[in-house]
Amino acid sequence: MIEAKHLSKLFGVKTAVDDISFAVEKGEILGFLGPNGAGKSTTMRMLTGYLPPSRGTAVIGGCDLLEDPIGARQMIGYLPENAPVYPDMNVFDFLDFVAEVRGFGARERKRRVAETIEKCFLGKVTHQTVSTLSKGFKQRVCFAQSILHDPQYLILDEPTDGLDPNQKHEVRLMIRDMSTHKAIILSTHILEEVESVCTRAIIIDDGRVIADDSPENLKASSPDHGAISLTIKAAAPEAPLAAIQASEGVKSAVFLKSENGILHFRAFPERGDRPIADKLVARLSEQKYAITSLFVEKGRLDEVFRRITGH
Amino acid sequence: MGKIGLFGIVRAIFKRELLSYFNSPVAYVFIVIFLLLNGFFTFYISNFFEVGQADLRSFFQWHPWIYLFLVPAVAMRLWAEERRLGTLELILTLPVTVAEAILGKFLAAWVFIGVALFLTFPMVLTVLYLGQPDIGPIIMGYLGSFLMAGAFLSVGLMTSALTRSQVVSFILSVVICLFLVLAGFAPVTNVLSGWAPVWLVDLVSATSFLTHFLSMQRGVLDLRDLLYYISVITFMLSVNGVVLQGRRTS
Repeated sequence: MIEAKHLSKLFGVKTAVDDISFAVEKGEILGFLGPNGAGKSTTMRMLTGYLPPSRGTAVIGGCDLLEDPIGARQMIGYLPENAPVYPDMNVFDFLDFVAEVRGFGARERKRRVAETIEKCFLGKVTHQTVSTLSKGFKQRVCFAQSILHDPQYLILDEPTDGLDPNQKHEVRLMIRDMSTHKAIILSTHILEEVESVCTRAIIIDDGRVIADDSPENLKASSPDHGAISLTIKAAAPEAPLAAIQASEGVKSAVFLKSENGILHFRAFPERGDRPIADKLVARLSEQKYAITSLFVEKGRLDEVFRRITGH
Repeated sequence: MGKIGLFGIVRAIFKRELLSYFNSPVAYVFIVIFLLLNGFFTFYISNFFEVGQADLRSFFQWHPWIYLFLVPAVAMRLWAEERRLGTLELILTLPVTVAEAILGKFLAAWVFIGVALFLTFPMVLTVLYLGQPDIGPIIMGYLGSFLMAGAFLSVGLMTSALTRSQVVSFILSVVICLFLVLAGFAPVTNVLSGWAPVWLVDLVSATSFLTHFLSMQRGVLDLRDLLYYISVITFMLSVNGVVLQGRRTS
Protein backbone atom coordinates (compact mmCIF):
# COMPACT_ATOMS: atom_id res chain seq x y z
CA MET A 1 0.00 0.00 0.00
CA ILE A 2 1.15 3.52 -0.77
CA GLU A 3 0.02 5.88 1.89
CA ALA A 4 0.48 9.64 1.80
CA LYS A 5 0.06 11.16 5.23
CA HIS A 6 -0.52 14.90 5.36
CA LEU A 7 2.16 15.60 2.76
CA SER A 8 3.01 19.26 2.39
CA LYS A 9 5.71 21.05 0.49
CA LEU A 10 6.67 24.67 0.67
CA PHE A 11 9.00 26.33 -1.78
CA GLY A 12 9.96 29.52 0.03
CA VAL A 13 6.64 31.13 0.84
CA LYS A 14 4.75 29.31 -1.89
CA THR A 15 2.83 26.24 -0.79
CA ALA A 16 3.11 23.76 -3.66
CA VAL A 17 1.41 20.86 -1.88
CA ASP A 18 -0.90 21.45 1.03
CA ASP A 19 -1.73 18.58 3.36
CA ILE A 20 -2.44 15.78 0.91
CA SER A 21 -3.48 12.39 2.28
CA PHE A 22 -4.60 9.28 0.42
CA ALA A 23 -3.92 5.57 0.21
CA VAL A 24 -3.57 3.30 -2.80
CA GLU A 25 -4.04 -0.46 -2.47
CA LYS A 26 -2.67 -3.15 -4.70
CA GLY A 27 -4.86 -3.69 -7.74
CA GLU A 28 -5.72 -0.01 -7.91
CA ILE A 29 -4.60 2.40 -10.59
CA LEU A 30 -4.86 5.89 -9.23
CA GLY A 31 -4.96 8.76 -11.69
CA PHE A 32 -3.60 12.10 -10.57
CA LEU A 33 -5.37 14.90 -12.34
CA GLY A 34 -4.92 18.60 -12.08
CA PRO A 35 -4.03 21.72 -14.00
CA ASN A 36 -0.36 22.43 -14.66
CA GLY A 37 1.40 23.57 -11.52
CA ALA A 38 -1.26 22.04 -9.26
CA GLY A 39 1.31 19.99 -7.36
CA LYS A 40 1.08 16.62 -9.10
CA SER A 41 4.78 16.24 -9.82
CA THR A 42 5.78 17.66 -6.46
CA THR A 43 3.59 15.09 -4.72
CA MET A 44 5.10 12.29 -6.77
CA ARG A 45 8.60 13.54 -6.05
CA MET A 46 7.84 13.39 -2.36
CA LEU A 47 6.39 9.88 -2.65
CA THR A 48 9.57 8.67 -4.33
CA GLY A 49 11.86 10.36 -1.84
CA TYR A 50 13.38 12.85 -4.25
CA LEU A 51 11.95 15.87 -2.47
CA PRO A 52 11.89 15.82 1.31
CA PRO A 53 8.39 16.83 2.46
CA SER A 54 8.09 20.01 4.52
CA ARG A 55 5.47 18.29 6.65
CA GLY A 56 3.96 14.83 6.77
CA THR A 57 5.37 11.61 5.38
CA ALA A 58 4.56 8.70 3.12
CA VAL A 59 4.58 4.99 3.92
CA ILE A 60 5.40 2.64 1.06
CA GLY A 61 4.62 -1.01 1.74
CA GLY A 62 5.20 -0.52 5.46
CA CYS A 63 8.45 1.47 5.00
CA ASP A 64 8.28 5.04 6.21
CA LEU A 65 9.96 7.20 3.61
CA LEU A 66 11.65 9.37 6.19
CA GLU A 67 12.92 6.53 8.35
CA ASP A 68 13.93 3.98 5.73
CA PRO A 69 14.22 5.79 2.41
CA ILE A 70 16.35 3.10 0.77
CA GLY A 71 13.98 0.30 1.78
CA ALA A 72 11.04 2.26 0.43
CA ARG A 73 12.79 3.09 -2.84
CA GLN A 74 13.64 -0.56 -3.40
CA MET A 75 9.94 -1.31 -3.68
CA ILE A 76 9.12 1.61 -5.96
CA GLY A 77 9.48 1.95 -9.69
CA TYR A 78 9.48 5.58 -10.73
CA LEU A 79 9.14 7.24 -14.09
CA PRO A 80 10.02 10.91 -13.56
CA GLU A 81 8.49 13.69 -15.61
CA ASN A 82 10.07 14.07 -19.08
CA ALA A 83 11.58 10.58 -18.75
CA PRO A 84 15.23 11.46 -18.05
CA VAL A 85 17.77 8.95 -19.38
CA TYR A 86 21.56 9.35 -19.67
CA PRO A 87 21.91 10.45 -23.30
CA ASP A 88 25.41 9.08 -23.85
CA MET A 89 24.53 5.48 -22.96
CA ASN A 90 22.97 2.84 -25.14
CA VAL A 91 19.70 1.27 -24.12
CA PHE A 92 21.17 -2.01 -22.96
CA ASP A 93 23.95 -0.43 -20.90
CA PHE A 94 21.51 1.96 -19.29
CA LEU A 95 19.12 -0.76 -18.19
CA ASP A 96 22.06 -2.90 -17.09
CA PHE A 97 23.33 0.00 -14.99
CA VAL A 98 19.96 0.46 -13.31
CA ALA A 99 19.76 -3.29 -12.65
CA GLU A 100 23.23 -3.23 -11.11
CA VAL A 101 22.37 -0.30 -8.86
CA ARG A 102 19.22 -2.15 -7.87
CA GLY A 103 21.45 -4.91 -6.61
CA PHE A 104 20.98 -7.75 -9.08
CA GLY A 105 23.86 -10.14 -9.70
CA ALA A 106 25.35 -10.55 -13.19
CA ARG A 107 23.17 -13.44 -14.38
CA GLU A 108 19.93 -12.13 -12.92
CA ARG A 109 20.73 -8.75 -14.42
CA LYS A 110 21.08 -10.16 -17.88
CA ARG A 111 17.82 -12.04 -17.63
CA ARG A 112 15.86 -9.07 -16.32
CA VAL A 113 17.27 -6.60 -18.83
CA ALA A 114 16.46 -8.96 -21.72
CA GLU A 115 12.99 -9.57 -20.35
CA THR A 116 12.27 -5.87 -19.89
CA ILE A 117 13.59 -4.98 -23.33
CA GLU A 118 11.15 -7.46 -24.79
CA LYS A 119 8.26 -6.31 -22.63
CA CYS A 120 8.73 -2.69 -23.65
CA PHE A 121 9.33 -3.40 -27.33
CA LEU A 122 12.88 -2.04 -27.28
CA GLY A 123 14.43 -4.92 -29.22
CA LYS A 124 15.11 -2.83 -32.28
CA VAL A 125 17.06 -0.15 -30.41
CA THR A 126 18.88 -2.26 -27.81
CA HIS A 127 22.32 -1.08 -28.86
CA GLN A 128 21.38 2.40 -29.95
CA THR A 129 22.59 5.45 -28.05
CA VAL A 130 19.78 7.11 -26.14
CA SER A 131 20.48 10.58 -27.59
CA THR A 132 19.64 9.24 -31.07
CA LEU A 133 16.25 7.87 -30.01
CA SER A 134 12.90 9.49 -30.67
CA LYS A 135 10.87 10.88 -27.81
CA GLY A 136 8.59 7.84 -27.79
CA PHE A 137 11.48 5.42 -27.46
CA LYS A 138 13.13 7.52 -24.76
CA GLN A 139 9.90 7.48 -22.82
CA ARG A 140 9.75 3.71 -23.14
CA VAL A 141 13.38 3.29 -22.07
CA CYS A 142 12.69 5.24 -18.92
CA PHE A 143 9.48 3.30 -18.41
CA ALA A 144 11.48 0.08 -18.82
CA GLN A 145 13.83 1.29 -16.10
CA SER A 146 10.90 1.72 -13.72
CA ILE A 147 9.53 -1.83 -14.14
CA LEU A 148 12.89 -3.59 -14.39
CA HIS A 149 12.78 -4.90 -10.82
CA ASP A 150 9.08 -5.80 -11.04
CA PRO A 151 8.21 -3.35 -8.26
CA GLN A 152 5.10 -3.66 -6.15
CA TYR A 153 4.56 0.07 -6.35
CA LEU A 154 4.73 2.03 -9.54
CA ILE A 155 4.72 5.81 -9.73
CA LEU A 156 4.48 7.23 -13.22
CA ASP A 157 4.65 10.95 -13.94
CA GLU A 158 2.90 11.51 -17.27
CA PRO A 159 3.76 8.11 -18.73
CA THR A 160 2.19 8.77 -22.14
CA ASP A 161 3.40 12.34 -22.58
CA GLY A 162 4.74 12.89 -26.09
CA LEU A 163 3.75 9.49 -27.46
CA ASP A 164 1.73 8.93 -30.61
CA PRO A 165 -1.74 7.35 -30.29
CA ASN A 166 -0.47 3.81 -30.95
CA GLN A 167 2.28 4.11 -28.38
CA LYS A 168 -0.14 5.62 -25.89
CA HIS A 169 -2.40 2.64 -26.38
CA GLU A 170 0.48 0.20 -25.85
CA VAL A 171 1.65 1.89 -22.68
CA ARG A 172 -1.90 1.93 -21.31
CA LEU A 173 -2.30 -1.76 -22.04
CA MET A 174 0.97 -2.48 -20.24
CA ILE A 175 -0.09 -0.46 -17.24
CA ARG A 176 -3.45 -2.22 -17.09
CA ASP A 177 -1.82 -5.64 -17.42
CA MET A 178 0.46 -4.96 -14.49
CA SER A 179 -2.18 -3.55 -12.22
CA THR A 180 -3.45 -6.83 -10.79
CA HIS A 181 -0.53 -7.24 -8.41
CA LYS A 182 0.70 -3.68 -8.13
CA ALA A 183 -0.42 -0.37 -6.73
CA ILE A 184 0.01 2.20 -9.46
CA ILE A 185 -0.14 5.96 -9.36
CA LEU A 186 0.00 7.88 -12.60
CA SER A 187 -0.34 11.55 -13.32
CA THR A 188 -1.76 12.84 -16.54
CA HIS A 189 -3.67 15.70 -17.99
CA ILE A 190 -5.29 13.50 -20.61
CA LEU A 191 -8.75 12.82 -19.26
CA GLU A 192 -9.55 9.96 -21.57
CA GLU A 193 -6.53 8.20 -20.13
CA VAL A 194 -8.04 8.34 -16.68
CA GLU A 195 -11.29 6.95 -18.04
CA SER A 196 -9.65 4.10 -19.90
CA VAL A 197 -6.97 3.11 -17.37
CA CYS A 198 -7.64 4.29 -13.85
CA THR A 199 -9.84 2.70 -11.23
CA ARG A 200 -9.77 5.84 -9.18
CA ALA A 201 -9.01 9.49 -9.80
CA ILE A 202 -7.77 12.24 -7.54
CA ILE A 203 -8.10 15.79 -8.74
CA ILE A 204 -5.58 18.22 -7.31
CA ASP A 205 -5.78 21.94 -7.56
CA ASP A 206 -3.58 24.48 -5.80
CA GLY A 207 -1.86 21.71 -3.87
CA ARG A 208 -5.06 20.28 -2.40
CA VAL A 209 -7.13 17.20 -3.11
CA ILE A 210 -10.49 18.48 -4.31
CA ALA A 211 -11.98 15.23 -5.56
CA ASP A 212 -11.22 11.57 -4.89
CA ASP A 213 -13.51 9.05 -6.53
CA SER A 214 -13.87 6.54 -9.35
CA PRO A 215 -13.97 8.07 -12.85
CA GLU A 216 -17.59 6.87 -13.21
CA ASN A 217 -18.74 8.62 -10.07
CA LEU A 218 -16.87 11.77 -11.02
CA LYS A 219 -18.58 11.76 -14.37
CA ALA A 220 -21.92 11.26 -12.67
CA SER A 221 -21.47 14.60 -11.00
CA SER A 222 -21.39 16.27 -14.37
CA PRO A 223 -24.54 18.28 -15.21
CA ASP A 224 -24.75 16.34 -18.45
CA HIS A 225 -24.99 13.02 -16.65
CA GLY A 226 -28.18 11.21 -17.69
CA ALA A 227 -29.03 13.83 -20.27
CA ILE A 228 -30.26 12.64 -23.64
CA SER A 229 -28.88 13.93 -26.89
CA LEU A 230 -31.06 13.23 -29.86
CA THR A 231 -31.41 14.25 -33.45
CA ILE A 232 -34.69 14.57 -35.28
CA LYS A 233 -35.46 15.11 -38.89
CA ALA A 234 -37.84 18.04 -38.95
CA ALA A 235 -38.33 21.40 -40.59
CA ALA A 236 -38.47 23.73 -37.58
CA PRO A 237 -37.20 23.22 -34.02
CA GLU A 238 -40.11 24.77 -32.10
CA ALA A 239 -42.65 21.94 -32.35
CA PRO A 240 -40.32 19.00 -31.51
CA LEU A 241 -38.75 21.01 -28.69
CA ALA A 242 -42.16 21.56 -27.16
CA ALA A 243 -42.87 17.83 -27.49
CA ILE A 244 -39.62 16.94 -25.74
CA GLN A 245 -40.21 19.41 -22.95
CA ALA A 246 -43.68 18.04 -22.43
CA SER A 247 -42.41 14.47 -22.06
CA GLU A 248 -42.67 12.91 -18.62
CA GLY A 249 -39.59 13.31 -16.38
CA VAL A 250 -37.91 15.93 -18.53
CA LYS A 251 -36.83 18.96 -16.57
CA SER A 252 -35.68 21.05 -19.46
CA ALA A 253 -34.62 20.71 -23.06
CA VAL A 254 -32.51 22.79 -25.40
CA PHE A 255 -32.19 23.06 -29.12
CA LEU A 256 -28.49 22.86 -29.96
CA LYS A 257 -28.10 23.23 -33.70
CA SER A 258 -29.43 22.37 -37.10
CA GLU A 259 -27.32 20.47 -39.60
CA ASN A 260 -28.53 19.53 -43.12
CA GLY A 261 -32.11 19.43 -41.99
CA ILE A 262 -31.25 17.34 -38.92
CA LEU A 263 -32.03 19.06 -35.63
CA HIS A 264 -29.97 18.41 -32.51
CA PHE A 265 -31.59 18.56 -29.07
CA ARG A 266 -30.57 17.78 -25.55
CA ALA A 267 -33.02 16.87 -22.81
CA PHE A 268 -32.14 16.97 -19.11
CA PRO A 269 -33.94 14.67 -16.69
CA GLU A 270 -35.56 15.80 -13.47
CA ARG A 271 -33.56 13.18 -11.61
CA GLY A 272 -30.30 11.68 -12.81
CA ASP A 273 -31.19 8.17 -11.60
CA ARG A 274 -34.51 7.97 -13.46
CA PRO A 275 -34.22 7.08 -17.16
CA ILE A 276 -36.34 9.16 -19.49
CA ALA A 277 -35.36 7.76 -22.84
CA ASP A 278 -38.24 5.30 -23.23
CA LYS A 279 -40.98 7.83 -22.52
CA LEU A 280 -39.29 10.40 -24.71
CA VAL A 281 -39.09 7.99 -27.63
CA ALA A 282 -42.71 6.93 -27.13
CA ARG A 283 -43.92 10.50 -27.13
CA LEU A 284 -41.91 11.55 -30.18
CA SER A 285 -42.93 8.55 -32.27
CA GLU A 286 -46.53 9.13 -31.24
CA GLN A 287 -46.23 12.55 -32.85
CA LYS A 288 -44.53 10.99 -35.90
CA TYR A 289 -41.15 12.59 -35.49
CA ALA A 290 -38.30 10.68 -37.16
CA ILE A 291 -35.58 10.15 -34.55
CA THR A 292 -32.30 9.66 -36.41
CA SER A 293 -30.12 9.13 -33.34
CA LEU A 294 -30.36 9.03 -29.59
CA PHE A 295 -27.63 8.95 -27.00
CA VAL A 296 -27.68 8.88 -23.21
CA GLU A 297 -24.88 11.10 -21.91
CA LYS A 298 -22.68 9.62 -19.16
CA GLY A 299 -21.24 12.97 -18.27
CA ARG A 300 -17.88 14.20 -19.36
CA LEU A 301 -14.82 14.12 -17.19
CA ASP A 302 -13.34 17.23 -18.73
CA GLU A 303 -16.45 19.15 -17.83
CA VAL A 304 -16.25 17.94 -14.23
CA PHE A 305 -12.58 18.78 -14.25
CA ARG A 306 -13.15 22.29 -15.53
CA ARG A 307 -16.02 22.90 -13.19
CA ILE A 308 -14.26 21.87 -9.99
CA THR A 309 -10.88 23.32 -10.82
CA GLY A 310 -12.61 26.57 -11.69
CA HIS A 311 -11.10 27.16 -15.10
CA MET B 1 16.61 -8.15 -4.20
CA GLY B 2 20.03 -9.61 -4.85
CA LYS B 3 23.00 -8.52 -2.83
CA ILE B 4 26.10 -7.09 -4.38
CA GLY B 5 28.07 -6.12 -1.33
CA LEU B 6 28.78 -2.84 0.37
CA PHE B 7 30.46 -1.10 -2.53
CA GLY B 8 28.38 -2.63 -5.31
CA ILE B 9 26.42 0.56 -5.89
CA VAL B 10 29.49 2.77 -5.71
CA ARG B 11 31.14 0.46 -8.22
CA ALA B 12 28.16 0.56 -10.56
CA ILE B 13 28.09 4.35 -10.53
CA PHE B 14 31.87 4.52 -10.83
CA LYS B 15 31.81 2.27 -13.87
CA ARG B 16 29.07 4.22 -15.57
CA GLU B 17 30.78 7.55 -14.96
CA LEU B 18 34.17 6.39 -16.13
CA LEU B 19 32.73 4.92 -19.31
CA SER B 20 30.84 8.11 -20.00
CA TYR B 21 34.15 10.04 -19.86
CA PHE B 22 35.70 7.93 -22.53
CA ASN B 23 32.54 8.01 -24.63
CA SER B 24 32.72 11.77 -24.89
CA PRO B 25 35.29 13.96 -26.61
CA VAL B 26 35.81 15.93 -23.39
CA ALA B 27 38.07 13.19 -22.07
CA TYR B 28 40.41 13.23 -25.03
CA VAL B 29 40.49 17.01 -25.20
CA PHE B 30 41.34 17.12 -21.53
CA ILE B 31 44.13 14.57 -21.79
CA VAL B 32 45.69 16.20 -24.85
CA ILE B 33 45.60 19.67 -23.33
CA PHE B 34 46.93 18.39 -20.02
CA LEU B 35 49.89 16.71 -21.73
CA LEU B 36 50.56 19.68 -24.02
CA LEU B 37 50.54 22.16 -21.15
CA ASN B 38 52.82 19.94 -19.09
CA GLY B 39 55.26 19.68 -21.95
CA PHE B 40 55.11 23.37 -22.76
CA PHE B 41 55.70 24.56 -19.19
CA THR B 42 58.37 22.02 -18.42
CA PHE B 43 60.44 22.43 -21.56
CA TYR B 44 59.85 26.02 -22.64
CA ILE B 45 59.16 27.93 -19.44
CA SER B 46 61.26 25.97 -16.97
CA ASN B 47 63.91 25.15 -19.57
CA PHE B 48 64.14 21.53 -18.46
CA PHE B 49 67.14 20.72 -20.66
CA GLU B 50 69.21 23.81 -19.85
CA VAL B 51 68.86 23.40 -16.09
CA GLY B 52 70.85 20.20 -16.38
CA GLN B 53 69.29 18.40 -13.46
CA ALA B 54 67.93 14.89 -13.72
CA ASP B 55 64.85 15.41 -11.61
CA LEU B 56 61.23 16.27 -12.23
CA ARG B 57 60.92 19.35 -10.04
CA SER B 58 60.49 21.61 -13.04
CA PHE B 59 57.72 19.27 -14.20
CA PHE B 60 55.77 18.98 -10.96
CA GLN B 61 56.04 22.66 -10.07
CA TRP B 62 53.47 23.52 -12.73
CA HIS B 63 50.86 20.97 -11.70
CA PRO B 64 48.94 23.16 -9.24
CA TRP B 65 48.52 25.83 -11.89
CA ILE B 66 47.49 23.41 -14.60
CA TYR B 67 45.02 21.68 -12.28
CA LEU B 68 43.65 25.04 -11.24
CA PHE B 69 41.93 25.40 -14.59
CA LEU B 70 41.67 21.89 -15.95
CA VAL B 71 40.22 20.06 -12.95
CA PRO B 72 37.29 22.45 -12.46
CA ALA B 73 36.64 22.02 -16.19
CA VAL B 74 36.37 18.27 -15.67
CA ALA B 75 34.30 18.60 -12.52
CA MET B 76 31.88 21.34 -13.56
CA ARG B 77 29.54 19.05 -15.45
CA LEU B 78 29.38 16.26 -12.88
CA TRP B 79 26.25 17.38 -10.99
CA ALA B 80 25.21 20.39 -13.05
CA GLU B 81 24.69 18.20 -16.09
CA GLU B 82 22.64 15.64 -14.15
CA ARG B 83 20.50 18.43 -12.83
CA ARG B 84 19.99 19.87 -16.31
CA LEU B 85 19.11 16.52 -17.86
CA GLY B 86 16.84 15.53 -14.99
CA THR B 87 18.83 12.35 -14.42
CA LEU B 88 19.60 13.59 -10.91
CA GLU B 89 16.00 12.76 -10.07
CA LEU B 90 16.45 9.34 -11.60
CA ILE B 91 19.61 8.48 -9.71
CA LEU B 92 18.45 9.85 -6.37
CA THR B 93 15.18 7.94 -6.48
CA LEU B 94 16.98 4.65 -7.07
CA PRO B 95 17.91 2.87 -3.84
CA VAL B 96 21.16 4.84 -3.66
CA THR B 97 22.38 6.97 -0.79
CA VAL B 98 23.74 10.42 -1.53
CA ALA B 99 27.11 9.30 -0.17
CA GLU B 100 27.27 6.38 -2.60
CA ALA B 101 26.39 8.61 -5.54
CA ILE B 102 29.01 11.20 -4.58
CA LEU B 103 31.70 8.61 -3.96
CA GLY B 104 31.06 6.83 -7.26
CA LYS B 105 31.25 10.06 -9.20
CA PHE B 106 34.28 11.36 -7.35
CA LEU B 107 36.30 8.17 -7.72
CA ALA B 108 35.53 7.93 -11.43
CA ALA B 109 36.67 11.49 -12.09
CA TRP B 110 39.73 10.99 -9.91
CA VAL B 111 40.75 7.84 -11.74
CA PHE B 112 40.22 9.67 -15.01
CA ILE B 113 42.62 12.45 -13.96
CA GLY B 114 44.93 9.72 -12.72
CA VAL B 115 44.99 8.23 -16.22
CA ALA B 116 45.94 11.62 -17.65
CA LEU B 117 48.66 11.94 -15.04
CA PHE B 118 49.92 8.45 -15.79
CA LEU B 119 50.28 9.37 -19.45
CA THR B 120 53.05 11.80 -18.49
CA PHE B 121 55.30 8.78 -17.94
CA PRO B 122 57.59 9.71 -20.87
CA MET B 123 58.86 12.49 -18.57
CA VAL B 124 60.09 9.83 -16.17
CA LEU B 125 61.65 7.86 -18.99
CA THR B 126 63.39 11.02 -20.18
CA VAL B 127 65.07 11.76 -16.85
CA LEU B 128 65.96 8.09 -16.45
CA TYR B 129 67.61 8.21 -19.85
CA LEU B 130 69.41 11.47 -19.18
CA GLY B 131 70.82 10.69 -15.77
CA GLN B 132 70.46 8.87 -12.48
CA PRO B 133 67.60 10.66 -10.79
CA ASP B 134 66.56 10.02 -7.22
CA ILE B 135 63.50 7.80 -7.67
CA GLY B 136 61.95 8.64 -4.27
CA PRO B 137 61.02 12.26 -5.02
CA ILE B 138 59.59 11.22 -8.39
CA ILE B 139 57.24 8.65 -6.86
CA MET B 140 56.27 11.03 -4.08
CA GLY B 141 55.82 13.80 -6.62
CA TYR B 142 53.35 11.70 -8.54
CA LEU B 143 51.55 10.64 -5.38
CA GLY B 144 51.38 14.25 -4.20
CA SER B 145 50.17 15.42 -7.58
CA PHE B 146 47.45 12.76 -7.62
CA LEU B 147 46.29 13.64 -4.10
CA MET B 148 46.29 17.32 -4.96
CA ALA B 149 44.22 16.61 -8.07
CA GLY B 150 41.75 14.81 -5.81
CA ALA B 151 41.53 17.86 -3.58
CA PHE B 152 40.93 20.15 -6.57
CA LEU B 153 38.34 17.72 -7.83
CA SER B 154 36.45 17.57 -4.54
CA VAL B 155 36.10 21.37 -4.65
CA GLY B 156 34.89 21.25 -8.26
CA LEU B 157 32.42 18.47 -7.53
CA MET B 158 30.98 20.46 -4.65
CA THR B 159 30.52 23.66 -6.67
CA SER B 160 28.96 21.61 -9.44
CA ALA B 161 26.21 20.56 -7.05
CA LEU B 162 25.52 24.18 -6.19
CA THR B 163 24.22 25.22 -9.56
CA ARG B 164 22.63 24.06 -12.74
CA SER B 165 24.99 26.25 -14.77
CA GLN B 166 28.34 24.73 -15.61
CA VAL B 167 29.93 28.14 -16.12
CA VAL B 168 28.99 29.31 -12.64
CA SER B 169 30.27 26.04 -11.22
CA PHE B 170 33.58 26.46 -13.06
CA ILE B 171 34.17 30.02 -11.91
CA LEU B 172 33.27 29.28 -8.29
CA SER B 173 35.54 26.29 -8.27
CA VAL B 174 38.48 28.18 -9.79
CA VAL B 175 38.11 30.98 -7.25
CA ILE B 176 38.06 28.60 -4.28
CA CYS B 177 40.97 26.60 -5.65
CA LEU B 178 42.92 29.76 -6.45
CA PHE B 179 42.57 30.82 -2.85
CA LEU B 180 43.73 27.41 -1.64
CA VAL B 181 46.76 27.57 -3.93
CA LEU B 182 47.72 31.18 -3.31
CA ALA B 183 47.66 30.80 0.45
CA GLY B 184 50.96 28.96 0.12
CA PHE B 185 52.38 30.81 -2.87
CA ALA B 186 55.71 32.44 -1.97
CA PRO B 187 54.88 36.02 -3.13
CA VAL B 188 51.71 35.91 -1.02
CA THR B 189 53.31 34.46 2.09
CA ASN B 190 56.12 37.04 1.76
CA VAL B 191 53.61 39.89 1.84
CA LEU B 192 51.96 38.32 4.86
CA SER B 193 55.15 37.70 6.79
CA GLY B 194 55.95 41.43 6.50
CA TRP B 195 53.44 42.28 9.20
CA ALA B 196 51.68 39.13 10.46
CA PRO B 197 53.04 36.97 13.29
CA VAL B 198 54.83 33.80 12.24
CA TRP B 199 52.10 31.49 13.54
CA LEU B 200 49.52 33.22 11.37
CA VAL B 201 51.69 32.97 8.28
CA ASP B 202 52.24 29.29 9.00
CA LEU B 203 48.57 28.75 9.59
CA VAL B 204 47.59 30.38 6.32
CA SER B 205 50.20 28.54 4.30
CA ALA B 206 49.27 25.28 6.01
CA THR B 207 45.80 25.52 4.42
CA SER B 208 47.32 25.62 0.97
CA PHE B 209 47.52 22.82 -1.57
CA LEU B 210 50.89 24.20 -2.59
CA THR B 211 52.64 23.90 0.77
CA HIS B 212 51.75 20.24 1.14
CA PHE B 213 52.54 19.46 -2.45
CA LEU B 214 56.00 21.02 -2.20
CA SER B 215 56.78 19.14 0.96
CA MET B 216 55.86 15.83 -0.68
CA GLN B 217 58.09 16.54 -3.66
CA ARG B 218 61.12 16.38 -1.38
CA GLY B 219 60.57 12.66 -1.36
CA VAL B 220 59.38 12.09 2.17
CA LEU B 221 55.91 10.87 2.93
CA ASP B 222 54.80 13.05 5.80
CA LEU B 223 51.63 11.78 7.42
CA ARG B 224 50.48 15.37 7.87
CA ASP B 225 50.46 15.99 4.13
CA LEU B 226 48.53 12.83 3.50
CA LEU B 227 46.10 13.72 6.25
CA TYR B 228 45.72 17.22 4.87
CA TYR B 229 44.58 16.08 1.45
CA ILE B 230 42.31 13.39 2.84
CA SER B 231 40.72 15.96 5.15
CA VAL B 232 40.16 18.44 2.33
CA ILE B 233 38.59 15.76 0.16
CA THR B 234 36.41 14.40 2.98
CA PHE B 235 35.31 17.87 3.97
CA MET B 236 34.42 18.93 0.42
CA LEU B 237 32.55 15.70 -0.30
CA SER B 238 30.58 16.12 2.92
CA VAL B 239 29.64 19.67 1.96
CA ASN B 240 28.66 18.22 -1.40
CA GLY B 241 26.33 15.80 0.38
CA VAL B 242 24.70 18.59 2.36
CA VAL B 243 24.29 20.73 -0.75
CA LEU B 244 22.74 17.86 -2.66
CA GLN B 245 20.33 16.96 0.13
CA GLY B 246 19.26 20.54 0.52
CA ARG B 247 18.96 21.53 -3.10
CA ARG B 248 16.69 18.85 -4.47
CA THR B 249 14.25 21.43 -5.59
CA SER B 250 13.09 21.57 -9.16
